[in-house]
Amino acid sequence: MRYIPLTQDEKQEMLDVLGIASVQELFDDIPEHILLDQDLELPEALSEAELVKHFRELAKKNSDLSSVVSFMGAGAYDHLTPSVIKHIIGRGEFLTAYTPYQAEISQGVLQSTFEYQSLIAEITGMEVANASMYDGATALAEACLMSCAATRRELVVLPSTLHPEWQEVVKLYLENQDVQIAYLPYDRQTGIIDPNAVGGINWSDVACVVVQQPNFFGLLENAAALGELIHEHGGLFIMAVDPISLSLLKSPGELGADIVVGDGQSLGNAMGFGGPSLGFFAASGSKLIRRMPGRVVGETVDTEGKRGFVLTLQTREQHIRREKATSNICSNQALNALIAAIYLNVLGKVGYQEVGMQCLQKANYFKQRLLEIEGLSAPFSAPSFREFVIQGDVDWAEINQRLLEQGFLGGLPLDGCGLAGHVLFSVTEARTKEEMDTFITLLRGLI
Amino acid sequence: MATKKVVPLIIERSTPGRRGYRLPELDVPEIPLSQLIPEEHLRTEPAELPEVSELEVVRHYTQLSRLNHGVDVGFYPLGSCTMKYNPRVHEDVTSLPGFAALHPYQPESSVQGAMELMFNLSEYLAVISGLEATTLQPAAGAHGELAGLMVIKAFHAHNGESHRNEMLIPDSAHGTNPASSAMVGYKVIEVPSDDRGGVDVEALKKLVGPNTAGLMLTNPNTLGLFDENICTISQIVHDAGGLLYYDGANANAILGIVRPGDMGFDVVHYNLHKTFSTPHGGGGPGSGPISVSKELAPFLPGPIVQKEGDKYVFATPEHSIGRLKSFYGHFLVFAKAYAYILSHGPKGLREVSETAVLHANYMMRRLQDVYYLPVDRHCKHEFVLSGMWQRDMGVRTTDIAKRLLDYGYHAPTVYFPLIVDEAIMIEPTETEPKSTLDEFIEAMRAIAQEAKEYPENLTSAPHHTPVTRLDESRAARQPILRWQKP
Repeated sequence: MRYIPLTQDEKQEMLDVLGIASVQELFDDIPEHILLDQDLELPEALSEAELVKHFRELAKKNSDLSSVVSFMGAGAYDHLTPSVIKHIIGRGEFLTAYTPYQAEISQGVLQSTFEYQSLIAEITGMEVANASMYDGATALAEACLMSCAATRRELVVLPSTLHPEWQEVVKLYLENQDVQIAYLPYDRQTGIIDPNAVGGINWSDVACVVVQQPNFFGLLENAAALGELIHEHGGLFIMAVDPISLSLLKSPGELGADIVVGDGQSLGNAMGFGGPSLGFFAASGSKLIRRMPGRVVGETVDTEGKRGFVLTLQTREQHIRREKATSNICSNQALNALIAAIYLNVLGKVGYQEVGMQCLQKANYFKQRLLEIEGLSAPFSAPSFREFVIQGDVDWAEINQRLLEQGFLGGLPLDGCGLAGHVLFSVTEARTKEEMDTFITLLRGLI
Repeated sequence: MATKKVVPLIIERSTPGRRGYRLPELDVPEIPLSQLIPEEHLRTEPAELPEVSELEVVRHYTQLSRLNHGVDVGFYPLGSCTMKYNPRVHEDVTSLPGFAALHPYQPESSVQGAMELMFNLSEYLAVISGLEATTLQPAAGAHGELAGLMVIKAFHAHNGESHRNEMLIPDSAHGTNPASSAMVGYKVIEVPSDDRGGVDVEALKKLVGPNTAGLMLTNPNTLGLFDENICTISQIVHDAGGLLYYDGANANAILGIVRPGDMGFDVVHYNLHKTFSTPHGGGGPGSGPISVSKELAPFLPGPIVQKEGDKYVFATPEHSIGRLKSFYGHFLVFAKAYAYILSHGPKGLREVSETAVLHANYMMRRLQDVYYLPVDRHCKHEFVLSGMWQRDMGVRTTDIAKRLLDYGYHAPTVYFPLIVDEAIMIEPTETEPKSTLDEFIEAMRAIAQEAKEYPENLTSAPHHTPVTRLDESRAARQPILRWQKP
């Protein structure tokens, strides 16, 4: 085998040291009747060249966004990614390291994680961030559980404008711990939660209220009002945010959030058919910080007084606390968090704002062009950022199939959300005026 | 690791006005910001991100990388983590735009290649485990545990047995096992180990009962030992109405040799970043698919890929527990595991495990005269020594670990499993050349000698690393978790 360097002579030397005749003897303690007596039913091994060929053939059966122009978002976004990212993360010292258990030879991963935490804390306006979670949805589920533990309450309030898949994930995590969920309906005219119409909930039982900003429809919620409402009743305020939007929008910290989560795919990570991405998780207040799930890196000094970094606050974690840990999470998304950090660093203070600004401007341009088409309208009135909903009495799935033949990926039809004829478009800085104009022309021909 | 200099934080290199990336010019008419978003939503101060050039970014991370150990840098015998070589061609093939640049909500007709990959991988993992059906959704091993336990819980509830709320877990288990059980509301019942390092069968008999939901077991266990009584154990648990959960962290010992399904397990999670060689990335991303028996298949989280005629479609199993994660899991990670299986084939996978086990036994036998071996029998892919003899000389296991760093090695896993005092858990993997194993053995022997003659060399180690021993208690007492403006 090409990745197993053991030669026949070396194998014999080892067997001699062990005083056995064959490797099989090392498996003598496995009950004989369960030992496999034939090969696994798998394809025979491929050489490197054959493997590459097989993957190329599979890839050819997909239409990918290197040749298709995408107006689809809904949790995965086609942003420009600086070339430098792939070169840095390809370095074996980052790629082939594990969790930095031995700090003295892991300062690269530890310091870059500390920098990542600093960047996330900065853009969210929170005191601290952890070293990352699996994705935005699981980060939110963990934030809800953490709120229940911190408040000793067992009711979580979710907005109906939360990404439907995130709703599913939160529901699954919460129902397994018998936590109840109440949903805030959205206003059909604005497309956002109305903070004055949130009756029917006993707020003094509520552990936390969640706001997604921008919401699933791409609209800006009146977050501060919901934050004030929950704080009046002693619960926690969780914001689920898009990290690109934070370049322009008020930070959750300014809006009074206690916990902030989000998905970091849009920070330089490939869409990759949905993963891997990263979830970020930030909090304020020392009591909450000590309840955070996941790994955290902290600054300290070595025996010579030199600055260094270590995994810290580990008494929250499963390998110490076992069933009393704040979460079962062990892995983080270190390489994806590294990508996010490189992205924010190379974009920098001004570039980051420009990305947000261009998304906003281009999305607005595209929206106005779409509304010029007869039969299409904007169903919601709240302001939007990079995504927006368009309504039209047409079969969007069928139209998308036709658009794909022309090299365009249309918006996401919202039939699954009970909104027939509605479609969610996303426009990033990667789109050009020419692409948008061509799309409009094609769409006119299909409606 | 060439440098002992402190690398500044990147924000400390920031110079106002410097840029590292330039966007194309905005090509649509610009509308004033305040006309698009009401002021109450807008930031008043921009976020304080670094202002650095692209070269400064490259140098910064290159310098940081040189402070870090990885499999590419040197031997990494971290027990239970399976730090094997990560084939680079797997990085190449999964970064093709045909995979990396796919949107998860593209019409199914436009992602048939990706879905075929998912379908095939699911089948292969089921074959390797000897079970029926697979989901690729879990993001990591602990997430797979969560998925598997939720499936077990849903299965019992479906059968009107919601009262089954006790999960049996050996005292040698990974910390994630009890933590995951707590996440689904299970009560953890600890099962003691016997003097051969396996589950104490007599104790187990007394612990099972009408409330038993199941047993979580790693086999070979965290001592690196195969539980010889596995068939009896599964019989006891099944007779009590419970199910068996296989923690696949140690699956590198069993590929093509024995299948968890044949041992009696109902659920298996794999750590694809361990057994199937997807890079650990400094702590993630991992991938933790689970395979389950026919009885449990209807409860798997969805969506999963099915084949209808010659088309691949997404479907949700009949009694699915729901969704555990956005989209379909870590596609670009599990695609590398698919490549790994194809690179090896059935004979290659068996050779992986045979070699990993041979390597571990060879090292164990060559070290047992200088380090205490708590259980003397054939190990599987890893083995556990104890630093008890050295403790009597005033040297702790942590000192041995730190001294190994001076020799250019990553340390083994230490102080785990909890049932061995001063534990040193060594996993060599199959991809290391014998010369590396021999050099490491010599280093371990030299350190044992040093413990006798110059113990202070160990207690003050490491000496040749970018930083010396770090003050962990200070970090926890006065947490500094982000950069602060001076």
